[in-house]
Amino acid sequence: MSARSLLEIKDLRVTYGSGAAAVPAVRGVDLTLEAGSKLGVAGESGCGKSTLALALLRLLPASARIEGEVLLDGEDVLSMSWGRLRAVRWAGASIVFQGAMHSLNAVHRIGDQIAEPLLVHGRSTPAAARRRVGELLEHVGLPAARAAAYPHELSGGQRQRVMIAMALACDPRLIVADEPTTALDVMIQAQILRLIERLVAEESISLLMISHDLAVLADTCDRLAVMYAGRVVEEGPARAVYEAAAHPYGRALSSAFPRIGDLASRRAPRGLPGDPPDPADLPGGCAFHPRCAVAVDACTELDQELREAGAGHRAACVHVGSRTPGSTS
Amino acid sequence: MTTAKKTEKKTETTKTTETTETTEAVGGTKAAKTSTTATSLVWQRRRASVARFWKQYRTHRAGLYGLAALALIALLAATAPLTVGADVQSVTEAPGTALESPSAEFPLGTDQFGRSLLGLLIWGARISLLVGLLAAALSVAIGTVVGIIAGHYGGWFSTVVMRITDWFLVMPTLVLAIVLATVMSRSMWTVVLAIGVTSWPTTARLVRAQTIAVESRPYIERATALGGGHGHVMSRHVLPNVMPLVLAQTTLCISTAILTEATLAFLGLGDPTVVSWGGMLQDAREAGAVSSGHWWYLAPPGLAIALVALAFTLCGRAVEAVLNPKLGVGR
Repeated sequence: MSARSLLEIKDLRVTYGSGAAAVPAVRGVDLTLEAGSKLGVAGESGCGKSTLALALLRLLPASARIEGEVLLDGEDVLSMSWGRLRAVRWAGASIVFQGAMHSLNAVHRIGDQIAEPLLVHGRSTPAAARRRVGELLEHVGLPAARAAAYPHELSGGQRQRVMIAMALACDPRLIVADEPTTALDVMIQAQILRLIERLVAEESISLLMISHDLAVLADTCDRLAVMYAGRVVEEGPARAVYEAAAHPYGRALSSAFPRIGDLASRRAPRGLPGDPPDPADLPGGCAFHPRCAVAVDACTELDQELREAGAGHRAACVHVGSRTPGSTS
Repeated sequence: MTTAKKTEKKTETTKTTETTETTEAVGGTKAAKTSTTATSLVWQRRRASVARFWKQYRTHRAGLYGLAALALIALLAATAPLTVGADVQSVTEAPGTALESPSAEFPLGTDQFGRSLLGLLIWGARISLLVGLLAAALSVAIGTVVGIIAGHYGGWFSTVVMRITDWFLVMPTLVLAIVLATVMSRSMWTVVLAIGVTSWPTTARLVRAQTIAVESRPYIERATALGGGHGHVMSRHVLPNVMPLVLAQTTLCISTAILTEATLAFLGLGDPTVVSWGGMLQDAREAGAVSSGHWWYLAPPGLAIALVALAFTLCGRAVEAVLNPKLGVGR
């Protein structure tokens, strides 16, 4: 571990609503992201991964209560002043939103929208911003002349490229990509992923990528974190988590996608029985036990902490420490 | 046609400058090049969007009639100093005798001072249109600002602001305007202010609803995420998106404002030193035109008010239909 990580999330908790109606969406997440590395966060819908992403820049609605610490370059985002927060937004960390279709304002030209963060942060004059927009567009593989186009004149993949160009505008140190390839077809998805990978490598930016698609994440990221019911249940090097998950939920996720060339996985595509738990009414003990194939009595009572499961690999399962991995892998 | 040709010509010239500059291939001129092409592009696009708007507007026949009527009235009002002149208001130098019926010399007859009623009608159009436009602009401006702020901030602030709006909404507009016009000094501006500050709640409600709809779109979240403050979000993202609604609302507001102006003038609350259509109606009533059958004194200003109000409404409906495709083309 280096002296100071770029992003350190310490015991982050996010609760929507209050009193009896309080719904915990994120329940104590610890994650670390080194400068220049790529971390993937996976999980089903409703497991709190998007909430986590928005909490990083304090973009949650006022009704959400956030506890814990989010250290971006050593500075706590959650206790920052409003003015400092606005300065950090986009300049320190930017976001590639899911659904580029709707994240662009239909009444402005895309060039103006890419220039928007530059001008908001007072980084350049309008003329210089226009030049920078041309560079950024060419950087993401669009002709600079497209700056004059309106969002509806672009295809889905082009719009996502615009969103990426926008995220790069202020030279941030961290990019949070919240399901950047949702609603794109597989070809475009692959192109966008390669593009993100290339840009992150070229500009040595850190990447926090969120997706439900473990295969996509394993392909792009160095490390993976699997979230379930608002908690990280497994964390480790991408290969290890994807190919030899220690947590039964991680195993279920990675086997939910058929692997090309692996006949066994094609013949027996495995889903996970049951539904994700209602965050307002979580089961006691390990939140995953009602759906777990290898649950033991202790799981219903004891909440499981993250345990060492190999080099830099941790998982929150009772079987991890006792060296009796489930025979179902 | 000529504008289209001009556009072509302009793009050609920019193209030639572009090529010369690229042959120079000096780093410094690159910025200038992009900026000139960008501005010409902006103008080209603006012209194209105006042409598109006009093409759609043309399909609404009622809107065309309204526009034609407005153009005619505006032309008459604008050229009034040349055609009738300010002398038409003069009581001491009136050309005719009192209450003449229509004749070749006075096509609409004369009033009780012997002034030409046709001249007064044309001269009165100036003040009626001016007050109507200014009052509508003021009312819509207040309504838009209140609506966007209430819609943007939300929470208890929005509730308080909207309750105040409701209070203005339930207050009878006319009574409030009469009170305002009475306590302030008699002038055209008083009437503008009285109409403006009493008729904004409808616009505020409309704009607030639209603001809330716009604010739920993801690009607002993006704007916040990239460090934009409240002012930035409201002016750069919400305002352009509620503008079509505001525009249509303005055209519809003008007819109401003109009617209210006429009402206030008829009730004797306008500026007594200037001639307006409502004022003419009041003069006619005072001169006993109703009981003595001087229809030429009474009918023309009334018809003129109705015509202008109708013309603005027709235009407003057509603009609304063009800018809001959800309304369909059935109008």
